Amino acid sequence: MTTAEETARPKREAPYEGPLLDVRDLHVEFVTRDGVARAVNGVNYSVRAGETLAVLGESGSGKSVTAQAIMGILDMPPARIPRGEIRFRGQDMLKMSKEERRKIRGQRIAMIFQDALSSLNPVLTVGFQLGEMYRAHHGTPRKDAKEKAIELMDRVRIPAAKQRVNDYPHQFSGGMRQRIMIAMALALEPDLIIADEPTTALDVTVQAQVMDLLAELQAEFHMGLILITHDLGVVADVADKIAVMYAGRIVETAPVHELYARPAHPYTRGLLDSIPRLDQKGQELYAIKGLPPNLLRIPAGCAFNPRCPRAQDRCRVEVPELFPVTEEDGTELAGRGSACFFWKETLHDR
Amino acid sequence: MPDVHDESSYERHPKPGVDRLDYAGEQGMAVEQETLVEADVVKREEARSLWGDAWRDLRRRPIFLISTVLIVLLVLIAIFPWAFTDADPRKADLVHDYLKRPDWTDFFGAGWFGYDAQGRSIYARVIYGARASITVGIFVTAGVTLLGGLTGMVAGYFGGGVDAVLSRIIDIFFGIPLLLGALVLLNGFSSRTVWAVVLALVVLGWTQIARVMRGAVLTVKQADYVVAGRALGAGTGRLMFRHILPNAVAPVIVVATIALGGYIATEATLSFLGIGLQDPTISWGIDISSAQKVIRTAPYVMFFPAAALSITVLAFIMMGDAVRDALDPKLR
Amino acid sequence: MGSYVLRRVLQMIPVFFGATLLIFLMVYTLPGDPVSALFGQKAADPAVVANLKHKYYLDQPVWKQYLHYMGNLFQGDFGTSFTGRPVSDIMADAFPVTIRLALLAFGFEVIFGLLLGVVSGMRRGSVRDTAVLILTLLVISIPVFVLAYIAQTVFATNLGWVTPTVQDSTDISQLILPAIVLGSLSLAFVARLTRTSIGENLRADYMRTAVAKGLPRRTIVSRHLLRNSLIPVVTFLGTDLGALMGGAIVTEGIFNVQGVGNVLYRAINQKEGPTVVGIVTVLVIVYLVASLLVDLLYAVLDPRIRYA
Repeated sequence: MTTAEETARPKREAPYEGPLLDVRDLHVEFVTRDGVARAVNGVNYSVRAGETLAVLGESGSGKSVTAQAIMGILDMPPARIPRGEIRFRGQDMLKMSKEERRKIRGQRIAMIFQDALSSLNPVLTVGFQLGEMYRAHHGTPRKDAKEKAIELMDRVRIPAAKQRVNDYPHQFSGGMRQRIMIAMALALEPDLIIADEPTTALDVTVQAQVMDLLAELQAEFHMGLILITHDLGVVADVADKIAVMYAGRIVETAPVHELYARPAHPYTRGLLDSIPRLDQKGQELYAIKGLPPNLLRIPAGCAFNPRCPRAQDRCRVEVPELFPVTEEDGTELAGRGSACFFWKETLHDR
Repeated sequence: MPDVHDESSYERHPKPGVDRLDYAGEQGMAVEQETLVEADVVKREEARSLWGDAWRDLRRRPIFLISTVLIVLLVLIAIFPWAFTDADPRKADLVHDYLKRPDWTDFFGAGWFGYDAQGRSIYARVIYGARASITVGIFVTAGVTLLGGLTGMVAGYFGGGVDAVLSRIIDIFFGIPLLLGALVLLNGFSSRTVWAVVLALVVLGWTQIARVMRGAVLTVKQADYVVAGRALGAGTGRLMFRHILPNAVAPVIVVATIALGGYIATEATLSFLGIGLQDPTISWGIDISSAQKVIRTAPYVMFFPAAALSITVLAFIMMGDAVRDALDPKLR
Repeated sequence: MGSYVLRRVLQMIPVFFGATLLIFLMVYTLPGDPVSALFGQKAADPAVVANLKHKYYLDQPVWKQYLHYMGNLFQGDFGTSFTGRPVSDIMADAFPVTIRLALLAFGFEVIFGLLLGVVSGMRRGSVRDTAVLILTLLVISIPVFVLAYIAQTVFATNLGWVTPTVQDSTDISQLILPAIVLGSLSLAFVARLTRTSIGENLRADYMRTAVAKGLPRRTIVSRHLLRNSLIPVVTFLGTDLGALMGGAIVTEGIFNVQGVGNVLYRAINQKEGPTVVGIVTVLVIVYLVASLLVDLLYAVLDPRIRYA
């Protein structure tokens, strides 16, 4: 191993017992001409090695901004982080130097973006962009980097990798391009991968293939995976636990099957109810009334209150914290939380 | 004048001058834009078309406002020169010596900018010279837009053989540099009036607009709403003028507005070279040319028409810049 | 790719003939009898005039004149000017001067245009950016001949750094000031184009990916940003060299550079048909070749175009 590789990831580092990634009370704001948009308002979540966390939410919920804050790729003006910690293996990244964060990016935490066509450089070959990971972080010479690029492409099951390594992004299909993005993220065997809507732009069948691949690679490398999506269907197979976000806050957390079976927040319930089902044939499709809030003017109290069927006066004034969710008899339900004063009622409803 | 290429100004970012390389990311901007759109939906339910948006945008830009004021002023000067001065621009009275400095106190009077080598009032000639420049600018642009626009649209819409032939014709005219061609053409005219110059420039300059229009039409033609229109049985004329044209015309407007400034400069250049307008037409180019002889001793003789010319061209180019920024699809 | 090149070359052929025919028509069908003009005020002996006209083929219908001219052209004969000198000689004297001037101007515009464009594009909205914008706007608005005069007055007359007009057109050091003036307009365009392109590419998704990959800043700028941003600029530059050569009339006139522009200007005034047609023909060829090369260059630089 070259010295570059050694400084990148000290092999002799002490094994860390805690979560790989621990986001604590993160706040992200955007200063705009019309005011301050509060995109992330006190988000807490964590991921362990080998675990998959799905972050669910509509556009504007803050799920992508959180991810970008973790990666450190936000434009710092107009964005700013007034409060919070982002701990990677116990160390707060927000307190690190730019260079230290850069070294982590790509090597230890990697990101996969939604639209692979625009996210890949159109004038560089795929092999070059893949090989770049090795050349930049490890100082690998070009020829070797190219070999490794071919290996990577094989790993993500792109046929005829050896011939296609010199092709350009626009010459691949959507699914293939997404695999290339995955390959790029995996190249240096990071500890954590953040996938921001990786399958939204793809056909349903291709979606399934890509998600399978992701799950397989995650298991193989024992990586943590944060999957950001608005698609409930995609999540069910892959995730271990889910965090539902609304207006920059986490409104519910639960292990995946529990969430689908027994949601404890009216918003989650609303999302689940609005999924069309075969046995609903002939009936009107349910939709949560209203629109997501303007992040410049988030409603007082619980942000969801204007749209919530259960809203009471209390909800318009107090901001609910994430309450631990328990069974009727009080037994704790591990990993469950709900930011609703009436979680009990929601949980036991129906 | 070389093709001016698309530009966009970046005004949404409130914090200037920061190195964007350290943290790149568009999602933040997306958040901002989503919330702003939502705010609009909540606040006002107005129809937001491209033109409505553009107009709203334009109204706020200082460059647009300044250039509009300037242009209105210039047009007024061109149409009503007598309102701005009593002096006669053609009256050559050698009593008034060009070596006599301009009289700053003679506001709007004959001696305000001094006199040229033939004893004519420079101020009056600057005022009266506006007409030639503005006329040439406006009419050449109109002619070029009509001729070039029509050709480009037909070429782009029909494609195939029609396009091949028209494109070759466009290429042929495009291959002859504007200034050179105008020089040769105008040499053949015995009396070079403003209209002769307009004609020459239109004949040689229409290709620029034709190309832009053709390119825009080619792009728009593939849009879904055009395909849909055709599927619904819309005829050629309807498709061309009601659907394609309004959507293709934006880049043409941008190029035309900026080119206007260029045509004014080209006319001045031609007059400067002695091949453009001639006496008794009053043109800044002619004045600049004749001022060359006395530039050492009386530089202001060249300064005033040169300044007037530069400011005029500047006004139209600024306007073109502002229009382009407002219509830029990338800022939508 | 090969068929693309072939197609483009084939397209160039009718354009070449069309453009040369157009110029030919413009020169020879417009009023004005050059041969009589040669005699100035003196009355010309009709027999001599007829003889001269026959020698120059001017008594034939225009299309015949054109064919005759083209025929000679492909044998490398550009004809003889009315003053008796072979046009190719005239061009051999004038073109090298203009080429030198154009190359100097080109170098100036490339170096400083790109520099200014990058500096202002990287930091939009900053003081530097505004300064570059204002400067380029002024350069674009102030016509070349005015700029030439300003340059002449400031640098030659007032500061005395160079002679006001060029004494020896083959001396490159004397061509520097005219080259700067000639290249200034293009420089402004290059700067603005670069600025815009960089500004757009900075916001592109692939830039975000490059940062997310943890690449060092230098790599991101040079390899990802610049390589993409410079594509439209390079293609503009490709056609600009030809434009510079054809547009040097004014600059050469004011600085008294004995180049193509100067010769052309005088030839047009004196209705020197053969010279005008000869020079413009060469300029058209230069333009056609340049635009073909630019198209090819574009395909090389942007792989998305290659397979269209």
